[in-house]
Amino acid sequence: MSDRIFGGIGLALAVLFAFQATLIEAPFISDAVGPSVFPIIIAMIMGLSSLYFLFKPDPEPAWPQFGQLAEIGLAAAVMFAYAQLLPVLGFVIATMFAAGYLAWRLGSKPIEAALVGIGTAVGIYAVFHLVLGLSLARGPLGF
Amino acid sequence: MEMLASLGDGFAVALTFQNIGLALLGCFLGTIMGALPGLGPSNGVAILIPLAFTLGLGATPALILLTSVYYGAMYGGRISSILLNIPGDEPAMMTCLDGYPMAKKGQAGEALALSGIASFVGAFFATWGLAFLAPQLVKVALLFGPAEYFALFVLAFATLGGISSTNQAKSAFAAALGLGLAMIGVDTQTGVPRFTFGEVHLYDGIDFLVAIVGLFALSEVFIFLEHRGSAKDATTEEKIRVGRIVPPWSMVKSCIPTMGRTSILGFIAGVLPGAGASLGSFISYSMEKRLVDKDGTFGKGDPRGVAAPEAGNNAAAGGALVPMLALGVPGSGTTAVLLAVLLALNITPGPLLFTQNPDVVWGLIAALFIGNFMLLALNIPMVGLFTRVLMVPPRILMPIVAMISFVGIYGISGSTFDLTVMILFGIGGWALRKLDVPLVPVILGTLLGNEMEVNMRRAVNIADGDYTVLASSWLTILLWTIAIVGFVVPMIAGKLLKRRMALAKAAGDEADLVD
Repeated sequence: MSDRIFGGIGLALAVLFAFQATLIEAPFISDAVGPSVFPIIIAMIMGLSSLYFLFKPDPEPAWPQFGQLAEIGLAAAVMFAYAQLLPVLGFVIATMFAAGYLAWRLGSKPIEAALVGIGTAVGIYAVFHLVLGLSLARGPLGF
Repeated sequence: MEMLASLGDGFAVALTFQNIGLALLGCFLGTIMGALPGLGPSNGVAILIPLAFTLGLGATPALILLTSVYYGAMYGGRISSILLNIPGDEPAMMTCLDGYPMAKKGQAGEALALSGIASFVGAFFATWGLAFLAPQLVKVALLFGPAEYFALFVLAFATLGGISSTNQAKSAFAAALGLGLAMIGVDTQTGVPRFTFGEVHLYDGIDFLVAIVGLFALSEVFIFLEHRGSAKDATTEEKIRVGRIVPPWSMVKSCIPTMGRTSILGFIAGVLPGAGASLGSFISYSMEKRLVDKDGTFGKGDPRGVAAPEAGNNAAAGGALVPMLALGVPGSGTTAVLLAVLLALNITPGPLLFTQNPDVVWGLIAALFIGNFMLLALNIPMVGLFTRVLMVPPRILMPIVAMISFVGIYGISGSTFDLTVMILFGIGGWALRKLDVPLVPVILGTLLGNEMEVNMRRAVNIADGDYTVLASSWLTILLWTIAIVGFVVPMIAGKLLKRRMALAKAAGDEADLVD
């Protein structure tokens, strides 16, 4: 079933892609091929392969339980928040929280998770910023 | 002779303090990454590319660092195979079969040292092979016009799934997805924006580094989150004592013919499109088993069963660099990532690289020789150190991996937009992995998409809009034929080969149940 759904999504994607390709404005001066031919070929390959597993799906993969799916979703949400907050909070503080959260969800005890968070943030800051001179996001406190 | 002179120049480039230091660092980090289950060579190199890039390293030093990581990871994969019976990376799977039984017999140290020597022999041979074969291949590649290049790219995609691929439709889908992603941005030939939906950030396309780090490194973090608690935790395994680390000379001697044969076989497997290191170690092991396993000791801790796959996979790793450097078309996942390094540094691999930047090529090859000796030195006396690294549990390791990925990508552009795209790639990569869709064609597609299109358009333009030019010269017809055969054969042979690999693995597991 998963493969059929995936095939459906793939097919929709291919059609959308091909449609978008036909919308590309033909430029004033173009070469003999133009900018939309190659994308249309790609869309055809994508569509054909999607059709294949729409009709001939593989055995069902082992999808995680709802709890684990939520786990992944939450981790992704934390990462998205991290990306947004990085320039606001600064590298060290934001990283401390994100790394600590991940460590906790991967099975560390709260205290260990906090230590991993602090250690990762300070460690990366020391190695990459202080030693190697990489510019990291600067927060209100200057780090 | 010409080659030796070039190689001499290469050593002059590589033998600076900075480059030797980088090679040492790369070998060390690579061995650790190879040894840790879940961080293979592709991941390892992927995480480090943005860093090498943002640190402002020049082309040669950056390449030296990253190829050392590549070679190091190939060495390191065997450590956890032998000690924990968990392959550190995919090519090291076959090393479990005899390595773990040896460790159970109290010969862990000997197995580690022997496999270190076998890795050295394989990689050393392959580096010479690279130095000899790549310039020859360049001579052929100079005959290539745009149509030939287009056919070559098709060949690369058609064979990338490899002989062991079971579902070619999924490989094809992955390639199309990658190529489609490459189309996003302003068309280089006409200046028209494509698939940007008016989003300014998308005008210069999706940075392939963002795609690579997301697909490889972040999706790994998601996989670990999913398997939390259920997965085997390296720390709960019974500890195996390493024991003496110097194998007796008679043991090494008995493996010399094995190492010789499997190095050659592995190298050939690496050079051929679609084979790569995993297959190199698999066929090396199978061949040796057939040739020398007279008493049925393979799978029960035979030293030759450790030497064979290790020499084979390291030789294949070197062999895989040949098409990547000479043609600009990688044959395996990790070399695809190394290609990304070159492109990020604004170097176009392929025949012109050998004439325009000989210092890069020969400096790199010289660095591989140096790195190989370093790895031998690191891996035999210091193997105890690496075995301790294995004790770092994923719950501590993975957050660090994730954060280093973020730092690398943020360092390139300083934009949260790129980070967001990277997370999306991470989630997408996780879903594709669950659905058994290979990720390497996606990467290769984003890397080569524009180049492929440019070659196609150039060829057709020169022929005044005649599309038949794409398959008219004998060379293009040859390439197309290989591509089609390479795409069709796995449909028949793939299932068979996968089953045999699984059987071999199952037989190995059974053997240690009996023990």
